[in-house]
Amino acid sequence: MKSNIKELVEYLNNNKPDHKINIMEVCGTHTMAISRYGLRQLIPESINLISGPGCPVCVTPAGDIDSIIEIAGKYEVSIFTFGDILRVPGSKSSLYNERSEGKDINICYSPADALDFAKNNPERKVIFIAIGFETTIPLTSVIIKRAYREKINNFYIYNTHKLIPEALELLLLDKEVEIDAFLCPGHVSAIIGSKPYNFIAEDYHIPCVISGFEPIDILESIATIIRQINKDISEVDIQYKRVVKEEGNPTAVKLIYEVFDKSDSVWRGLGNIPGSGLKLKKKFLKFDAKTYFPVKRFKSREPAGCECGDVLKGIKKPAECRLFSKICKPENPVGPCMVSSEGSCAAYYKYEKLKV
Amino acid sequence: MTISKNKKIIKIINNKKFKDKIIQLSHGDGGIKTGELINNLLLKYFGNEILNKLEDSAVLNCSGKRIAYTTDSFVVNPIFFPGGDIGKLSICGTINDLVTTGCTPVAMSLSFILEEGFPVPDFEKILYSIKNTTSDAKLKIVTGDTKVVEKGSADKIFINTSGIGFLGNNIDISPCKIEVGDKIMINGGIAEHGTAILSSRKEFNFKTSLVSDCAPLSSLVNDMLSASKKIHALRDATRGGLASILFELARASETNINIYEDKIPVKKEVRGICEFLGLDPLYIANEGKMVVFVDRKDADKVLQAMKKNKYGKDSRIIGEVTKKGEGLIILITELGTKRILDLQYSEQLPRIC
Repeated sequence: MKSNIKELVEYLNNNKPDHKINIMEVCGTHTMAISRYGLRQLIPESINLISGPGCPVCVTPAGDIDSIIEIAGKYEVSIFTFGDILRVPGSKSSLYNERSEGKDINICYSPADALDFAKNNPERKVIFIAIGFETTIPLTSVIIKRAYREKINNFYIYNTHKLIPEALELLLLDKEVEIDAFLCPGHVSAIIGSKPYNFIAEDYHIPCVISGFEPIDILESIATIIRQINKDISEVDIQYKRVVKEEGNPTAVKLIYEVFDKSDSVWRGLGNIPGSGLKLKKKFLKFDAKTYFPVKRFKSREPAGCECGDVLKGIKKPAECRLFSKICKPENPVGPCMVSSEGSCAAYYKYEKLKV
Repeated sequence: MTISKNKKIIKIINNKKFKDKIIQLSHGDGGIKTGELINNLLLKYFGNEILNKLEDSAVLNCSGKRIAYTTDSFVVNPIFFPGGDIGKLSICGTINDLVTTGCTPVAMSLSFILEEGFPVPDFEKILYSIKNTTSDAKLKIVTGDTKVVEKGSADKIFINTSGIGFLGNNIDISPCKIEVGDKIMINGGIAEHGTAILSSRKEFNFKTSLVSDCAPLSSLVNDMLSASKKIHALRDATRGGLASILFELARASETNINIYEDKIPVKKEVRGICEFLGLDPLYIANEGKMVVFVDRKDADKVLQAMKKNKYGKDSRIIGEVTKKGEGLIILITELGTKRILDLQYSEQLPRIC
């Protein structure tokens, strides 16, 4: 073991809290790193790492998947999406199954690919599934502005973008959820900076540390949290200084609000969170797939027995779900947390299914 | 064929009846669905004592002579990629399946399915590459076939091959020969084929110097066999990557394995691309990597022999067989923590071979 990691592990063991503390890692990439490197094996048991709602695919409700499938069935459209969402089960089917049945559903790696396709194929109607938090929203803004500028009239987005700080506040208000500190997301914070978390430290007295993704980053961030807890203070700290600045990336934030206004948004497991979503500004409404391809909204239901909701709130660990690794597996996912490469159930299944 | 190849895994996922109504991409990705297709549909019709072994190559007894026999199909996209093309890949893939038995490959067949409109200069480039690879591996193309289909009925070019090799009577290489104490080796960096293919796809626009590891490994295997009579198992770590074949071999030999993460060679660029795309290099395809299980007393001898071969310069000992067991693979991470490697549902990486 590298000496700096050893020192951090020693520090945590020598300064471990005398009672159990819950640290929520908000971001799915942190969840994956913690499981993959086996960090739980290194830290004292009293430090309980729980996963949060920071996996965009996981918090997309079944209703959105259902609507996209309805649109693909009712209209002649080409759908472009990031690969992760393909296997997320809706109420009846998934985009993956619909693609096998012949629907025009394509994987892309950048929203610009979808826009380029629309531009080169003016006879086709192209819908890009715009998903993600503050990290990916500026990319969507860029292509919407480009589509507007270049007068591309056959391009639309199915918007499911969501904002992180609003969801964290909802978790803090939820009496079922016990959180003593947040390990805040690195990439989202690179855009929004550290200030949007100040209310958590000030109003709720919860320590927040913005962390990088290497094992040493995560351990260092946990050590900072323990230091704050032991001193009985709560601050927003940036461990991931090589990427995150206090003010974030003001240009990217400006881009978001040039194209979108804040709105409410429904999160899988968490329900409707006021102000946690975005809607296209009036000027850009012609790119809104939900407006241009109306479908009947039937009552969507989350899969029976699936406890993704409680997993996303950190109330349950994946292995505590009755379906985990029995019925719900990566090859047959029941809930989205088992699908996404950032989902906590996938992380536990992949890396922590069997305790050594 | 680089499909999931072990009867024991197949047993685990045996659902008896093939339930899927239509063929999906996941039936061809070498993962759990491929296993179901083979076990529950193909073996239902064709199962026999040789095919049921689901090895990379079948070993046949022909009037006292032992022959290794294999077949494979190639549909990679793009057809030209850094470090190779569909032609070189088809020869290397077939040879590497053959040499896992310890045989000397002697002859191959080659069938082309060409799409109407495919440029002849591209075809000739592929043929030239096939010629070079077969000369390198010292074997002949002895029979073949060509079909042309209407535009849109195939994607540029598909290749099917078969290959045969002669097997000495004293060679017995098979997963069931694996013993407690065996050292596990690999002949260089992992995940280079899969990541090179991905980064050469136009949708990514990555600028890398990464090339596929696509290579014929007959000379490497020959050098190993000359160095030691105690090579117990060989496996070509193609689709599903290093982790999947270790899983198959551990299950087949009913042993537990320790693998050391810091000993597994992974190029920095490969690691970078995998991190960016959320992939685990342990599960990404190789096309020129042989995993060797060898008696620990002969391990250094074999390692030195491998390192002298041009396809084995970065060979390493990456782990060992620890005890009889249910086939657990324990990865000791760089931090000294442990996790279990499992057979994974494959990533969405269609047509990498």
